[in-house]
Amino acid sequence: MADSESFVQLLTPSGHYRQHNEYAVDFTPQQYRDIYRDLVIVRRLDAEATALQRQGELGLWASLLGQEAAQVGSGRALQPQDVAFPSYREHGVAWCRGLDPIAPLRLFRGVDHGAWDPADTNFHLYTIVIGSQTLHATGYAMGVTKDGQVGSEDGAAVITYFGDGATSQGDLNEALIWASGFAAPVVFFCQNNQYAISAPSTRQSRIPLYLRAAGFGLPGIQVDGNDVLACYSVTQAALRRARLGEGPTFIEAYTYRMAAHTTSDDASRYRPSSEVELWQQRDPIARYRAYLEREQLADAEFFADTDSQAQQLALKLRAQTLALPDPPPRAIFDQVYAEPSAQLAEQQEKFAAYLDSFADNDGEAATAGSQGLGGSTS
Amino acid sequence: MTVMTLSKALNAGLRAAMEADARVLLMGEDIATLGGVFRVTDGLAKDFGEGRVIDTPLSEAGIVGTAIGLALRGYRPVCEIQFDGFVYPAYDQIVTQLAKMHYRSAGRVQLPVVIRIPFGGGIGAVEHHSESPEAYFAHTPGLKVVSCADASDAYVMIQQAIASDDPVIFFEPKRRYWDKAEVDQTQDLLDAAVTPLHAARIVRVGRDVTVVAYGPMVKTCLAAALSAADCNQELEVIDLRSLSPLDFEPVLSSVRKTGRLVVVHEAPRTVGLGAEICARVSEECFYHLEAPPLRVTGFDTPYPPARLEEHYLPDVERILTSVDIVMSHR
Repeated sequence: MADSESFVQLLTPSGHYRQHNEYAVDFTPQQYRDIYRDLVIVRRLDAEATALQRQGELGLWASLLGQEAAQVGSGRALQPQDVAFPSYREHGVAWCRGLDPIAPLRLFRGVDHGAWDPADTNFHLYTIVIGSQTLHATGYAMGVTKDGQVGSEDGAAVITYFGDGATSQGDLNEALIWASGFAAPVVFFCQNNQYAISAPSTRQSRIPLYLRAAGFGLPGIQVDGNDVLACYSVTQAALRRARLGEGPTFIEAYTYRMAAHTTSDDASRYRPSSEVELWQQRDPIARYRAYLEREQLADAEFFADTDSQAQQLALKLRAQTLALPDPPPRAIFDQVYAEPSAQLAEQQEKFAAYLDSFADNDGEAATAGSQGLGGSTS
Repeated sequence: MTVMTLSKALNAGLRAAMEADARVLLMGEDIATLGGVFRVTDGLAKDFGEGRVIDTPLSEAGIVGTAIGLALRGYRPVCEIQFDGFVYPAYDQIVTQLAKMHYRSAGRVQLPVVIRIPFGGGIGAVEHHSESPEAYFAHTPGLKVVSCADASDAYVMIQQAIASDDPVIFFEPKRRYWDKAEVDQTQDLLDAAVTPLHAARIVRVGRDVTVVAYGPMVKTCLAAALSAADCNQELEVIDLRSLSPLDFEPVLSSVRKTGRLVVVHEAPRTVGLGAEICARVSEECFYHLEAPPLRVTGFDTPYPPARLEEHYLPDVERILTSVDIVMSHR
């Protein structure tokens, strides 16, 4: 439920620029090239993560393939003081925020639950339950208003990412109600990638998703999610509204999940290859490269350098992944609470004693339990 | 010392917490202009403003979900869920997000959120207004779960809960809201003499039977102890106060003394808090027990219509019947 008439598009699938009477970008040649580099790198890192899963080094991977423009375009529109609340597929946004690319792989390898510090990059934790983070973003944005950090160009804005599937969840609908009622400085960025695993977006809604925003009393806008320039421009405008204190905006980035839902999914069971081929013709990176070439914003050397840089980063990511040790068994008990629980400390001590019971005659423990369980009991 | 109702004591405790820390916010349905359906927040919006006492949309998942966001921003939200039976729309946010974010972030994110829930029956209410859902929350790692039994504890415990850096589910015994007790508003909560939030308390000393309860049943158990005393049965009544973590030591010490245990709660029996207490006592005090531990609880039914609730709720007679059974083992 989208076409080039209903959505904002600045770049056609063939990479031709289209004037829009409301949206445009004002990039230097370097900025154009930086955006391209982001797109290529996030796709290459994503491919590496998929390969690592296939080789048994990750338990699972949720690929962003096809959604690079939506994520890089919106992610690069953020200012440092802005805060993003992602779902679990926002590896491209994470890259734009400066999160170490290994961080999401730690989650999907199973060495932690995605334990980065949100304050470091203003990029919140991955959230796996669908739609939950939209309420966190809304509450956080209410706090931004309370702190007096809206009302100027220097204000802070909040953005939350979710998919078409989340639009059927109560949490998102409540978040829209709260954000509207409290005029919270939050941008709802929906990547409509057409499928909630196997359920097509037509099962979620009989109208284009962006039209729902009107019912909540906030502006809704649909953007070509495979057009990085349009995604950037539309998000930048919505963030500006938020930071000026004009309230929330709902953006539907109309895109396509080129890969399966995750590496555990078989998309051929619910969608025809002809559909995937159609979307391959709308590829976000190919069209942007065609535009840069046509406008002579980048040369062959730049493209080669970018590919080389992406390759180096992928190799580094692979090496980092393979070097990730399993946590010691005692880590199960770490950080359940901020303040210690005697009840839990007792379980931890018993488990430690159990592990220690496997120590051999030389006093060496048979398991990592010997590394000492006297640490945090919290 | 001031004599006040449990509802008023909570109000005074909330007021003290808000005065002590400007980051403390109250959120809930009908809590600002109306003062809450039980008037627990009466007058606070007038004194602290509607920026700190927030009338929310009728949206429990929204209350808890946005409270998480506000906590991430550095605030300390205190959410009111209007009735026990209305917490379930927020259950997902509480269990999948509030309880787990500290663990998920390996301690980098703290969520000092308090969720106040009036619970239990005995007020002649319609369906969904008399439930005891505490076991769902006590079974969820990452949450702390407490219940106050009287005005004095209500005043102290709500402030301790707000000061906690962990999420706390705070159960309020709604049929005791209008019971009065002496409350000391001058005490320093950091004083070592003040009972910690997660400590059980012996509220009556006795040699014969250990009776364990929490929330609204503490008063009922004390009444049962008075009656039992007439028959020369001395009940030791323990108010658990904290349901997660459980403070077992006072219970175990007491059972080692009495050899007999009766656990009382309004919630249904099967897989309730009583099962955990009895299991733990059996594990730790097996050779001290003179009789099998017993439970006096609500039945394994949905909460009945109000005209039947007096039969559903544990009362003095049912408690004493179980006391007689454990005393009959010699």
